[in-house]
Amino acid sequence: MNMPVLDRTPDPTTQNDRPGASHLGFIDCDVHPYVKGPNDFDPFLSKRWLEHKKTIGGRTRQGLAKTSMYPRMSPGAGMRMDSWPKNGNHPGSDLPLMREQLLDLFDVAYGLLAPLVGGGPGERNVEFGAAMATACNEWQLANWCDPDPRLLGAIQVNIEWPEAAIAEIEKRAGDRRFAQVNIPPRGLEPLGRRRYWPVLEACAANDLPVSLHLGGTSGHASTGGGWPSFYHEEHPSYVQTMQTLVTSLVCEGVFEQIPNLKIVLVEGGFAWLPALCWRLDKHWKRLKAEVPHLKRSPSEYVHDHVWVTTQPIEEPERPQDMLSILEWIGPERVMFSTDYPHWDQDDPRYAFKVPLPDEWKRKIYRENAKALYKLD
Amino acid sequence: MTRHVVARVDEIQPGQRKIVTVRGREIGIFNVGNDFFGLINRCPHQGAPLCRGEVVSRLVAPMPGDYRLTRPGEMIRCPWHCWEFDIRTGQSLCDPNSVQARAFDVAVEPGKALVDGPFVAESVQVTVEENYVVVTV
Repeated sequence: MNMPVLDRTPDPTTQNDRPGASHLGFIDCDVHPYVKGPNDFDPFLSKRWLEHKKTIGGRTRQGLAKTSMYPRMSPGAGMRMDSWPKNGNHPGSDLPLMREQLLDLFDVAYGLLAPLVGGGPGERNVEFGAAMATACNEWQLANWCDPDPRLLGAIQVNIEWPEAAIAEIEKRAGDRRFAQVNIPPRGLEPLGRRRYWPVLEACAANDLPVSLHLGGTSGHASTGGGWPSFYHEEHPSYVQTMQTLVTSLVCEGVFEQIPNLKIVLVEGGFAWLPALCWRLDKHWKRLKAEVPHLKRSPSEYVHDHVWVTTQPIEEPERPQDMLSILEWIGPERVMFSTDYPHWDQDDPRYAFKVPLPDEWKRKIYRENAKALYKLD
Repeated sequence: MTRHVVARVDEIQPGQRKIVTVRGREIGIFNVGNDFFGLINRCPHQGAPLCRGEVVSRLVAPMPGDYRLTRPGEMIRCPWHCWEFDIRTGQSLCDPNSVQARAFDVAVEPGKALVDGPFVAESVQVTVEENYVVVTV
């Protein structure tokens, strides 16, 4: 944005807004890299799929092209307005600006990438989807992880073609530039269904957590009661999606079947999780005969297998209520995330409206992610 | 409190703004219908550069389906989370009772008066013929 600026020598007695030591060096569990243009994946596609992309293109699960189901209210197209690079490219597509606004500003130790580009994971033509997912993985390495080793990739797969998804996971396993496997949370069926077990088993067998980042569409209505009218209405539907995933994974017995499966819920908030667990526990006591494969209470499975990221953080009317929420979930299961460069991103200096105990702060900003992803 | 000359009046046309740094504070100076206002360039929510956001109207709807654009050009929308503030007062639209962006006193003074002082104008050349925007910090 072009606007005149008058810069005067600051008064040395005035505090500037540089982050304090307690907000430096954190691990950011949700960073979005974007493409500079529609052809960024082309170098990583075979001739066969490049031709397909040029002549046929993607088959998404929504009826709209070149826009999302719920366009964002911000004139910045759902992005932080000040994250648009001067060259006019998309926010998140410019590594130097990402360094300036996030990685260097906060001396970020690691940034967990969540690429929402390319359409591979949600592509209806699963062969093209798998090719685009693979291309996205190569693109992450070439454009982000190799130039800046603080950035850790998320393995993209199209879960509707399990054999290809498993092959991709096995190909990337052991490559420490990737931290986890990214699966769209809005699938054709709830994630706990048996058709998805082989892929989840491959993740666990290769010691890769599964991150479920909100957004996108499965083609089903995004709420159990039909399509929302407003983005404001769609945004909290992310919570419903996360609740569906957690409930499905628990009730189907996935955590009995795959005892070392680790699930990370990204961008779905977290204040809802304790209440869901209370409800699941209550009914489990009465309905055990229907789900005899559940050996432990749902809340125990959730605590042992599910991590949450903070953004978009809840802002309770009484800020101190946040402490109760964290205590109920367990501060060892909460990991800080910014969601840079999205419009609803959180700043580590101001996200929590209440001071956290030092031990919780260390865990949430750094130690939990460090342990989960086995980082140095 | 000191009065700082931060711009010539014709530098900031109606609907425009200029970001100035005075005593270490970034302040957005806005021209709203030839009245000048100053807001701290820091959103009280999460510290975003508030004054770099979009200048918008206030959209009200007394009833669903009955939409009215009011006060055109008098609201600033934060570039991060889209909280809207009254440029004239810094009052928050979404939480008017407990959230406020700090507003600064801004006045227009003739160069003739400024030459006599006491004003700080190290970055703006003051001449007696022009009018100037002066912010008190």
